[in-house]
Amino acid sequence: MDSTPNVIAGVGLADRPRKSRWPARMDLAQSLTGLALGLFMWGHMFFVSSILLGKDAMWTITKFFEGYFVLGTAYPGIVSVVVAVVFALVIVHAFLAMRKFPANYQQYRTFIGHRKLMAHEDTTLWWVQALTGFLLFFLAAVHLYQMMMHPGDIGPYQSGERIWSGGWGPLYIIMLLAVEFHGGIGLYRLAVKWGWFEGKDPNASRKRLKTLKWVLTAFFLALGVATFVAYAKIGYQIRDQKGAVYTPSWVVPNPMEKAK
Amino acid sequence: MADNDSHRKLRIHALRYNPAKAGDTPRIQTYELEEAPGMTLFIALSEIREKQDPSLQFDFVCRAGICGSCGMMINGRPGLACRTVTKDLEADISLAPLPVFELIGDLSVNSGKWMRGMSEKLETWVHAQERALDLKRIEEPMDPALAEAVYELDRCIECGCCVASCGTARMREDFVGAVGLNKIARFRLDPRDKRTDADFYELVGDDNGVFGCMSLLACHDVCPKNLPLQTQIAFLRRKMVVQGTQG
Repeated sequence: MDSTPNVIAGVGLADRPRKSRWPARMDLAQSLTGLALGLFMWGHMFFVSSILLGKDAMWTITKFFEGYFVLGTAYPGIVSVVVAVVFALVIVHAFLAMRKFPANYQQYRTFIGHRKLMAHEDTTLWWVQALTGFLLFFLAAVHLYQMMMHPGDIGPYQSGERIWSGGWGPLYIIMLLAVEFHGGIGLYRLAVKWGWFEGKDPNASRKRLKTLKWVLTAFFLALGVATFVAYAKIGYQIRDQKGAVYTPSWVVPNPMEKAK
Repeated sequence: MADNDSHRKLRIHALRYNPAKAGDTPRIQTYELEEAPGMTLFIALSEIREKQDPSLQFDFVCRAGICGSCGMMINGRPGLACRTVTKDLEADISLAPLPVFELIGDLSVNSGKWMRGMSEKLETWVHAQERALDLKRIEEPMDPALAEAVYELDRCIECGCCVASCGTARMREDFVGAVGLNKIARFRLDPRDKRTDADFYELVGDDNGVFGCMSLLACHDVCPKNLPLQTQIAFLRRKMVVQGTQG
């Protein structure tokens, strides 16, 4: 046993080839992109739900993001740039998160059985997160591409028409469910993964975080459904006016006209 | 005992399979027995083996939650048979061996083999960086609070419950599990261990180590010793990310 002192001393440890730094970077990037997208979705929901305060409120928010109130003219292209950035974040996040998916049928079967047997809430929530994430590959891609290419089509009438007459309703309602579950669970998981808000009693903090997560999910789902219904109602009311654009009566001249 | 009035009939459904026996196939066998006051699953299993079926295989040594031998799936979740009181369970109890580990037979698994492999891979011993062993030398004093913190993590009994409860460990066999990450956290605390975060990164800085953890936290929730696995893994993750992005 000549080597025992060397083993105890850790001789040779420093001479080994260094491990790649990429797993650390990828882990951090997955969390950061997830955090950015999760917070973005909260903001997004608030902006979209401005329709509940009326068409003028929603119109104002839309034009604000098109730079109208700063530049004097509405440039929907600004929205395209923001959408492109979000799209890039989604792609990076999806690419990194995919590493965690079951990689073959055996892993899939094992996890399904494991989840069922364990009946453990956070394990089940991860599965919901993985499934909704998979759905979002397709749903988010369709939505983001459309918004990137037609940023000017955001408005009380145009958004309403998209839902009622344009065939986008089913996509939006499924995406609402997928995003709220995926994002809510994801933000909760980020907190426990990195030890945020641990406090003096991490077990009690985790319980509070879990409660907060469910309250927020319920709130955003309710807000989302109410918003969806509000747009659908507008879409129904203007179902015979194809391509109608809403402009508040107090706006003179029409900002879109000026842009041309 | 106050619960003398309710002598329930317990039905224990145990997974039976002996991989060493040619032609044996996994099956569920049901044993009926009368519940006794203060009965643990360990006592129930011992009674079954004594009075009904001497061929039933399961492990135990200490009967007190210290040796970590009697880990098994109890109604689908890992736990220690000796620390599980039948009174807390329904009359129908399903038992299965811990997954991930090599099956010896019935409820008995070779967790020691897995633990040894993990220990060798993660080098879970104090690296003192001293060439000559001097057994007569007096040990350096350690701050009592620090000694207490090291001891807190050293309470791990390697029962394997965290590994069996882990979605990642179930899907990816090289994942070191909460037991491995907890050990790294323990040696990182120990001032006698001269390894730095750069050394620890070499051991757990990949998807088989801390970055493979998906924070399902089942390990934390099932640990029979109530180890602070959630906070330790989060702490290690932060340190390893710093090492991986700046080191």
